[in-house]
Amino acid sequence: MLLATVLGSAPLFVPSALSRTLSGSIPWISGTSPAPRGFDAARFFTAAERRCVDALVSRLIPTDELGPGAREAGVVDFIDNQLAGSFGRGERWYMKGPFADGLETQGYQSEHAPAALYRAGIAALDNHCRQRFAGRVFAELGEEDQDALLKQIEDEGLEFEDVSATAFFGMLQDNAIEGFFSDPIYGGNRDMVGWKLVGFPGARYDYRDYLDHNGARISIEPVGLSGRPAWSAE
Amino acid sequence: MVRKLPPVDVVLVGFGWTGAILAQELTEDGLDVLAIERGGWRDTPSHFPTTVAQDELRWYWRKEMFQSAARDTLTFRNNGSQTALPMRRWGSFLPGEGVGGGGVHWNGQTWRFLPSDFLAASHNIGRYGPMPEGLTVQDYGVTYGELEPHYDRFEKLCGIGGKAGNLNGEIHEGGNPFEGPRSAEYPSPPMHMTFAQHRFEAAAKELGLKPFPGPSANMSQPYVNPLGCQLAPCTYCGFCEKYGCGNYSKASPQTTILPVLMSKPNFSLKVHNEVLRIKLDSTGSRATGVIHVDQNGEEYEQPADLVILCAYQLSNTRLMMLSGIGEIYNPATGEGLVGKNYCYQVMSGADVFFDDKYTNEFVGAGALGMCVDDYNGDNFDHSGLDFIGGGYISCWTTHNRPIERQRTPEGTPTWGSAWKKAVAENYLKSTNVGAHGASMAHAGNHLDLDPTYTDVYGRPLMRMTFDFTPNDRAMSAFLTERVREIAERMGGREIKLSPREGPYDSMPYQTTHNTGGTIMGTNPSNSVVNRYLQSWDVSNLFVMGAGVFPQNAGYNPTGTVAALAYWAADAIRAQYFKSPGALVQA
Repeated sequence: MLLATVLGSAPLFVPSALSRTLSGSIPWISGTSPAPRGFDAARFFTAAERRCVDALVSRLIPTDELGPGAREAGVVDFIDNQLAGSFGRGERWYMKGPFADGLETQGYQSEHAPAALYRAGIAALDNHCRQRFAGRVFAELGEEDQDALLKQIEDEGLEFEDVSATAFFGMLQDNAIEGFFSDPIYGGNRDMVGWKLVGFPGARYDYRDYLDHNGARISIEPVGLSGRPAWSAE
Repeated sequence: MVRKLPPVDVVLVGFGWTGAILAQELTEDGLDVLAIERGGWRDTPSHFPTTVAQDELRWYWRKEMFQSAARDTLTFRNNGSQTALPMRRWGSFLPGEGVGGGGVHWNGQTWRFLPSDFLAASHNIGRYGPMPEGLTVQDYGVTYGELEPHYDRFEKLCGIGGKAGNLNGEIHEGGNPFEGPRSAEYPSPPMHMTFAQHRFEAAAKELGLKPFPGPSANMSQPYVNPLGCQLAPCTYCGFCEKYGCGNYSKASPQTTILPVLMSKPNFSLKVHNEVLRIKLDSTGSRATGVIHVDQNGEEYEQPADLVILCAYQLSNTRLMMLSGIGEIYNPATGEGLVGKNYCYQVMSGADVFFDDKYTNEFVGAGALGMCVDDYNGDNFDHSGLDFIGGGYISCWTTHNRPIERQRTPEGTPTWGSAWKKAVAENYLKSTNVGAHGASMAHAGNHLDLDPTYTDVYGRPLMRMTFDFTPNDRAMSAFLTERVREIAERMGGREIKLSPREGPYDSMPYQTTHNTGGTIMGTNPSNSVVNRYLQSWDVSNLFVMGAGVFPQNAGYNPTGTVAALAYWAADAIRAQYFKSPGALVQA
């Protein structure tokens, strides 16, 4: 189990062997490298929520003439899995009350951990759409209406009742970018489409041969933390 | 039930750069030294080898490299009329946790402060007259000349790469001509510069400035330090700041000290143990040890002859407050010193976008950059200007990690096809020129304990009250114009300025350069610790870290933090243990 996950998620006093005294040598035990918690089967969204988030991230990072967008990158899978885990529960966030509406300079002040913010945000967004668009939810709107609505939220021209629309939109934007550009082991950036779009070579660790590029383009096939598909072709 | 443990000679609270330096120094005299660290053991092969280190989501965005904000964070407000609210997740700065502390995830930009920075009050008043209104700037109580051998030691410990500009008073072409005199050249040559640095250097020279390579703790070549620890050449992978180095290429406690220190029989390290408070005797003038708690909630009393605070600046300051040592600063009355003169860093910059040239900034390193120091400190005449201080201007190519880095020209939307196109077009063809500005102490900026919010142990959180001051803003506006002059000459299609405007925002990342709160000075009426970092109130308590800076200079703080740690360690070894008591008479 991941050390950092244990620390983040453990209630305060759980008997554990983590507290210890080290003396006399470097405490090296082979095979202790803490593996990341990669993409797994855990999911958070209901089918309806998933449709909504899929529609949302597809507007943020569209599939267009430049190539694949959030949909091909698997961004919705990434977010769904992230929200089902430690991140969704806000385990490394300070979530003690009292809660108050903060100033912009005070950052996130919602009482909702990320997963709960999505649940409340999606419900509020779809409710708003039903009232405004004859019973249709966000995913059922045309792209123009969807974009106009998102623009309205971004410009702070639209607020929901029980949850901050701007807090929800801000987190969605952050997570969409993460899902498009993070290592593929987390379920997004599928086939490294995000990295290929911009030209990031990924988890490489030696560029000494390229230092004298002098302004010429460096094109290198990207690799992820677990290699790349061509290395393990069936 | 608090279990009392056998006494040790020295207990260190926190185990990052200063803890490792103090432990290495004090164990040389045969003292029994115990370090207590609230995070876990971390080392290169077991915790951040390559294939684990280059994970942007995990270490930075999910914050696994840093202190867990769920357990302990701070509250923030811009001024005393507002209600402080918790920083529920880290943003503007990133306190470390675990062995090595922030020394694991720093970039490695390793500066010395200017001689005049240590005399910020007397020098500026002498040259320009009274300080601007509201500033509480003061002298350090220690001089550059006194610290020089200790800067030199740290640079040799780390194998810092650079080019001297002032060797024993003689100015050398290609180095920083404004720096204080050095007793020796840097132990390693500068980093290998790339396209963006060449363009910056040419532009700066055109303007008559004096560009030089930034001092780097990323290895420009293999290096063996005086303790015998080996560092490997940097591979320019672009994962330094916010990440552990998997390649033994960045100086950290792990790569420069721990291989030697951990094998000493008179040193031990407790991990996943948090110090709750410093225990004082009935007179309140002597520390008897510390109280700490393990992960099972068991509390221990650790008696010690000497207590040294080696945690991050925010934690050291808070521990003084929680232990009732000294009086907490009150801005309404000006009384009290603990928490006074909290300072930060005033950053601004300009993105430069090229049409047909590729900066390829994924080929980068934390301290790969060219800099000019012409507008730092008092290196330029401030007559007629409405501020004191300054900062260095630089073009660092530290990384191109794509979640963090999507530079887009002015007017680009933040999502949709137009955003996507702008990111794709500019990702490989942009760089940045930054101004790294000083932060001068002001009566209204301070730290104290929050009346409402508590940590995982029920102790009050630290409360930060901070905004950029008129001096900061005037200085930053001046520096940003100098940035513009350089950026516009680098041959790009366009630039985008990021001036320092509006109130300080606690969320966007700026720097982990928090200073003040346990300031050093010349007497007990103006400082928490004396020139040897010894508490005026409790003579067997020393406080390390940037908390002792009376105000922050226009440089990254680690070099000065480490030099002060060596300076204090020397005083403890040569003076304190021979005759325990106050090293400076009040």
